[in-house]
Amino acid sequence: MSPAAHPLLEVEDLCVEFRTRRGTIRAVNGLSYTLHEGETLALLGESGSGKSVAAQAVMGLLDTPPAHITRGAVRLRGDDLLALSPERHREVRGTRLSMIFQDALTALNPVLSVGDQLAEMYRVHQGMGRKAALARAVALMDRVRIPAASRRIHDYPHQFSGGMRQRVMIAMALALDPEVVIADEPTTALDVTVQAQIMRLLKQLQSETRMGLLLITHDLGVVAEAADRITVMYAGRTVESASADDLYARPGHPYTRGLLDSVPRLDRLGKPLVPITGAPPLPSSIPAGCAFHPRCPRAEPRCGSEAPPFRTLSPAGHRSACHFAEEVHHAPVG
Amino acid sequence: MTDTARALEAAGEAAEPPAPPDTARPPSQERASLGKDAWLELRARPTVWAAVVTLFLMTAMALAPGILTSLLTEGGDHCDLADSKLGPSAGHPFGFDLQGCDYLAQVIRGTRPSLIAGLAVTAASLLIAVVLGLLCGFYGGWLDALVSRVTDVFFGLPFVLGATVILVAFPDHGLGAMVLVLTVLGWTTMTRIMRSQVIALADADYVRAARMLGARPARLMVRHILPNAITPVIVVAMLNVGAVISGEATLDFLGVGLQYPEVSWGLQLNAAQAFVLDHPHLLFFPALFLSATVLSFILLGDAARDAFDPRLK
Amino acid sequence: MWRFVARRLLHALPVLLGTTFLIYTLVFVLPGDPIQGLAGDKPVPPAVLAELRARYHLDDPLWIQYTHYLTGLLTGDLGTTFTGRRVSDLLADRWVVTLQLGLTAWVLEVILGMALGVWAGLRKGKWDDSAVLFGTTLVISVPVFVVGYMAQLVFGVQLGWLPVAGTEEGWPFAFLLPGLVLASFGLAYVARLTRSSLIENLRADYVRTAHSKGLSGRRVVVRHTLRNSLIPVVTFLGLELGGLMAGAIVTEYIFNLPGVGQQLFQSIQLREGPVVVGTTTALVLIFLLANLLVDLLYGLLDPRIRHD
Repeated sequence: MSPAAHPLLEVEDLCVEFRTRRGTIRAVNGLSYTLHEGETLALLGESGSGKSVAAQAVMGLLDTPPAHITRGAVRLRGDDLLALSPERHREVRGTRLSMIFQDALTALNPVLSVGDQLAEMYRVHQGMGRKAALARAVALMDRVRIPAASRRIHDYPHQFSGGMRQRVMIAMALALDPEVVIADEPTTALDVTVQAQIMRLLKQLQSETRMGLLLITHDLGVVAEAADRITVMYAGRTVESASADDLYARPGHPYTRGLLDSVPRLDRLGKPLVPITGAPPLPSSIPAGCAFHPRCPRAEPRCGSEAPPFRTLSPAGHRSACHFAEEVHHAPVG
Repeated sequence: MTDTARALEAAGEAAEPPAPPDTARPPSQERASLGKDAWLELRARPTVWAAVVTLFLMTAMALAPGILTSLLTEGGDHCDLADSKLGPSAGHPFGFDLQGCDYLAQVIRGTRPSLIAGLAVTAASLLIAVVLGLLCGFYGGWLDALVSRVTDVFFGLPFVLGATVILVAFPDHGLGAMVLVLTVLGWTTMTRIMRSQVIALADADYVRAARMLGARPARLMVRHILPNAITPVIVVAMLNVGAVISGEATLDFLGVGLQYPEVSWGLQLNAAQAFVLDHPHLLFFPALFLSATVLSFILLGDAARDAFDPRLK
Repeated sequence: MWRFVARRLLHALPVLLGTTFLIYTLVFVLPGDPIQGLAGDKPVPPAVLAELRARYHLDDPLWIQYTHYLTGLLTGDLGTTFTGRRVSDLLADRWVVTLQLGLTAWVLEVILGMALGVWAGLRKGKWDDSAVLFGTTLVISVPVFVVGYMAQLVFGVQLGWLPVAGTEEGWPFAFLLPGLVLASFGLAYVARLTRSSLIENLRADYVRTAHSKGLSGRRVVVRHTLRNSLIPVVTFLGLELGGLMAGAIVTEYIFNLPGVGQQLFQSIQLREGPVVVGTTTALVLIFLLANLLVDLLYGLLDPRIRHD
């Protein structure tokens, strides 16, 4: 098949568990999503929902043991990454698939200059000499709009502000024009004003390169601003996926609806905020049936025993895993 | 960190900001569970059990050497020059020393000064460290500057050298003087650790909160800072017991520590040095007891550190 | 940078003064008269006694004696022994022996200690890691003089690989065994420190970043982990540089090496104050300079630390 026939990144029924002396913890339990070229897909979930582990599984960054990928497939333009040898998987990282981490202060090496860390991409993957690679690093810093790049190339991460550091992180991820960039909470550690700048930068870079951006976040504001499509995760599982507009307008899962009702929104001024009761389950004790049922306002006895299958709610591909998906979907919002 | 805890972190909190350092941990409740965790951790280690059993035996030997001696050997403390340096035999598993005394009985009697020195010196150093560390770390200023310089002076003084100079100056010293000397030369490490812990904690949010609620300095130090600052110092203290025992034996061995007719492992090793080639048992048994004791304290200290400091595992 | 060095040297001065004064006081406050002690049981003529006491300022108050001593020290004069030999002459040959011993031990600590630590750290949880952990714990627990005798018995006498004692065979051969014994504790400590530091750093976020960049495992360790892990190890090794010279007393005693430590030990017992204080001063000075060196090296290893 030609590459174009395959979606850019396809994750199917991914399951990751941690096997430890004291038992097995299922962190990801059947996660599926598809990311297309030039598209931003948000992976939305609370902390503990397994979204970071899922991203690291795709990148091949999990240590085995204790982590084991027990089921599923990760296909980058049709190539199954999980079937690759560690060495081949390594060659994919940084070149075709790269990652932006949350806290650039700890994610950048404190004892190497920013220039060295950026140039390393060209030196290792393209065999470039030090001088040439540093010149490319300066160009890269210009591209992510770091002022006075040529003077700052020899500075160390701690000498940059939080926002500038995150730009360095982004520059590193984009160095070799990867097809897919995974951004794991890229703005969580930043001030609100800087958050907006970073998200704008990411969108601009995306329009230049047509990369697929997988945005991992718990922040509905970030999602609303940047995402084309959204996959909602709960307890390691996809519970709903839809286009961003569709999901905000007509959520098809009680959990998504709960999330939307618990944050202030301009289009719902004057309505009370309703928090979701209870706390997300520990990965070591995920409830049977629908994992959300103990916190769900609509739960019925069958929810505690029967895992809901995916239902398609609209021709545009709105899908939800809830026994009452249609009712939730058609209920008036707010 | 236990594997489960790490997996949980990886699974659940990987997206969360990194946990604050130990020093910023709120008091009471958290600490109780930390203590419980530590206990669970310790219980699962066979080396800890071995160390506890060894130290239990050593304590018994130090408390009641006579009873153990008469139980374990024929003739007990009886000495006969005709038996001098005889090797191990039935009834006398460790053989005889230079004076023809049963070596097992002698080695058992050598336990007491080592244990006393190790525990007394560490207790005294711990006390100094806690008091000075709290005061200097909390108040800072000239007191801190002065104590820090004095600490530097004693820290820079080489141990064997310093101890030898002092001990030679006072030739008629007993175990009490040894404890004093070892304390004078040994209080600095724990004090430094305590001080830096207190400095870090005095700035912690919950201490500031308590301060703003009007808690007095003494209360702040004893109720809020001390319980959270002491853990790493306790760990070092456990390791320190072993180090002191080793240091005391070294001084005895060099001939500047305890003097005959006192009995200690270091003195036995000193007496053995001329006969090592032909009578290795003279070296072996006191060295074995000495090393086992030091090893036990170090194992306990290591285990405590791993249990209390999850990051090191 | 130079301001930092100057400030540190200024900082070290009170420590140096304090330490020497401490030793000076202890040595010269000794009960008993050192001149009489030197003569043994023979009566010393009062005139000679008075002359000697005057020459060594023994009748002045302690702080004046100390000032005299310091003045001499500043002009490079370490003083003379009571038998009239210059302390600096007495110690010159001995420093060579101690430096050879100390440096041999230090190099062993650096190479073997770090290699063992890195190896164990990279193989965390495997059998060889456990072996290193167990072995180092054992070495740390056994007092150095016991290690010394064991080494002498096994390698010197039974196997006959290395000289049992003395310096006749010259460097490095005669210094390998005592060097290893002197290094044993520090070596074990360096190995453990390197191991735990490496393991902690391998878990750092920036190591995960390095993996995400598609670097080889080797490059991740060598370029992104080792340097960060060595920071605490370098601190310890710097302190050791001074500590080993001072710790050589026991090793020189066991292996009968004519070094500073041996001389020092004899001088303490003979109450030769000038030798004891002079040597101690030199040892403390080495210790403090090594500390300074560590701080400077720190700045090279860790750019977050600035010396200004």
